[in-house]
Amino acid sequence: MRIVVLLKPVPDTTGQERLGPDLRVDRAAVPAVINPNDEYALEAALRLMEARGGDAAITLLTMGPPAAPETMRKGLAMGAHRGLLVTDPALGGACSLSTARVLAAALGSLEFDLVLAGVDTSDGRGGVVAAAIASLCGLPYLSYAGQVELTDTAVRVRRLSPRGYDLLEAPLPAMVVVTQTVGEPRYPSLKGIMAARSKEIVTRSLADLGLAADGVGGAAATTRVLESRPPASRAATRVVRGPAPEAAEAVVAFLAERRVI
Amino acid sequence: MLSVQTDRSLTEEERLLQATARDFAEREVAPGAVERDETEQFDRRLFDRLGRLGLTGAPIPEADGGAGFSYLGWTLAMEEIARADMAVAVTLSVHLLSQLPVVQWGTAEQKERWLPAMLAGEALGAFALTEPSAGSDAAAIRTRAERRADGDYRLDGTKIWISNAPDAERYLVFATLDPSAGRAGITAFLVEKGTPGFRFGRKERKMGIRACPASELIFEEAVVPAANRLGEEGGGYRIALSALGEGRISIAAACTGIAQAALERAAAYVQQRQAFGGPLSEQEGVRFMVAEMAREVAAARALTRAAASARDRGEPLAEVSSLAKWTASDAAMRVATDAVQLFGAQGYSRESGLERLMRDAKGAQIYEGSNQIHRLIVADAVLRRTGSAGSA
Repeated sequence: MRIVVLLKPVPDTTGQERLGPDLRVDRAAVPAVINPNDEYALEAALRLMEARGGDAAITLLTMGPPAAPETMRKGLAMGAHRGLLVTDPALGGACSLSTARVLAAALGSLEFDLVLAGVDTSDGRGGVVAAAIASLCGLPYLSYAGQVELTDTAVRVRRLSPRGYDLLEAPLPAMVVVTQTVGEPRYPSLKGIMAARSKEIVTRSLADLGLAADGVGGAAATTRVLESRPPASRAATRVVRGPAPEAAEAVVAFLAERRVI
Repeated sequence: MLSVQTDRSLTEEERLLQATARDFAEREVAPGAVERDETEQFDRRLFDRLGRLGLTGAPIPEADGGAGFSYLGWTLAMEEIARADMAVAVTLSVHLLSQLPVVQWGTAEQKERWLPAMLAGEALGAFALTEPSAGSDAAAIRTRAERRADGDYRLDGTKIWISNAPDAERYLVFATLDPSAGRAGITAFLVEKGTPGFRFGRKERKMGIRACPASELIFEEAVVPAANRLGEEGGGYRIALSALGEGRISIAAACTGIAQAALERAAAYVQQRQAFGGPLSEQEGVRFMVAEMAREVAAARALTRAAASARDRGEPLAEVSSLAKWTASDAAMRVATDAVQLFGAQGYSRESGLERLMRDAKGAQIYEGSNQIHRLIVADAVLRRTGSAGSA
């Protein structure tokens, strides 16, 4: 079973984000981490592998800056087997559609049975790249999976819905987008960290993938950042402290006064 | 604060170890720290999880079943764990202290029998040297080891202040074959909990690091097989000294973690706390305190890493590990005390978790060689190196 996990390095949101002159996040100034939702996709892949008694090879697929391997290394330490990084100076400022085209081309260069992705990324929040890749590659697309099961020829997921879940099944190869309910991502073990040193991360440029820089990079972006401003600060917060019964009364009175209840 | 990713003096795997330890410490260790301190409870399940992560054997060579990290890498992890809870860091440090001598002096058979369960975190280790009349003066121990006719040894005596006891399963015990022989009589033994004649005395009621137990060990005609003697007869003092040299670096790293925690919390608090029409951080006196705290932390960290790197290069450790442990434990005490001062009454409250940093730091000025002993070790090294040539 060959599983590909889409993994994006994103700015560490616990730090202080800084914007560059192009109003995009200055990625060089902020430490990068694995996009948190992608860690769930990797966790799902690792659990599928374990359910098969270890019979699976997991490849991390990343489009990112030349420093991306340092972030990818954590995924390898968690248990993925190898990495494929698409990096190219022309890709700076690429839009979601370009990203999907590049990753679809990279997938085309791999042999795989299943692609796993997180719901969205903590920097872009678009949540469309996985669907676009599935469309470009002609893969069945199973979204919002709360649980994933594999047979040798098919994947079955529980897609979360407002009423409960839908059972979806598709033949392999397929694209599955997982939610955080697949299970908490594991910590990389210390032995895993050491083992990751010798795992291979292959780097590919746009030319390697047969893509023209003017077709997918920043130059071909379908979106532009026009303006950027910090969110308005919230009004002063009132914190009610005290024993629960009295505190609850105070909250109820506050809400009633404003006719919320 | 140094960012994990930007410290380019570390290798990629050291940075990933540091990030992993920080993540684990913040999410799994910090939340229960105040409660564990209040209830003086050793948390076995937490130790199990540290074992699964591999922190229980981080700097043990891969050939011996460990993760094979540098000692520098180990100090990064210790700092992060102690930043969340010093008691957990001390448990880990002592656990390692009881394994490293087996790695260095154990036979292949002893390593095979002793290490795997400890590396996996399934068996907790303890280091039993201290006695009622032998603390920093370790050569004065009185616990007797007598060789029996069948070659096994009989142990009699009492150890006190043995960290991780009575919870630990594996004890590295130092006893003397001849009390009149001083250092030359001291011998090291691997002793398992449950050995007939080996029991626990009273549990210490401690000021700090209360979630790391410490107890008396009592040996009454306890028979230890000859196969459990570590190293040669009379080789124990050297084993103890070498282990303590490494252990001091571990404690120095943990103290840096306490100081870092105190600094971070104080720096955040003085910017948020309003007094006399502005945040406390606008007062010059407060700013000076924050700067001095940062200096202490940086000095502690720098000396700790220098000592760890010396260990990784196989250099002599006595002086540099003493400097690191003395500096870092004093730094932890001062920075924690200043943090409590800046927090005022809130810091004095047990619920804040800040006064715990003070209590935890105080112990580190006393154990693993009191800081007075470290002055003697450093003076000895400096004077010996200089000789009388300097006066000419």
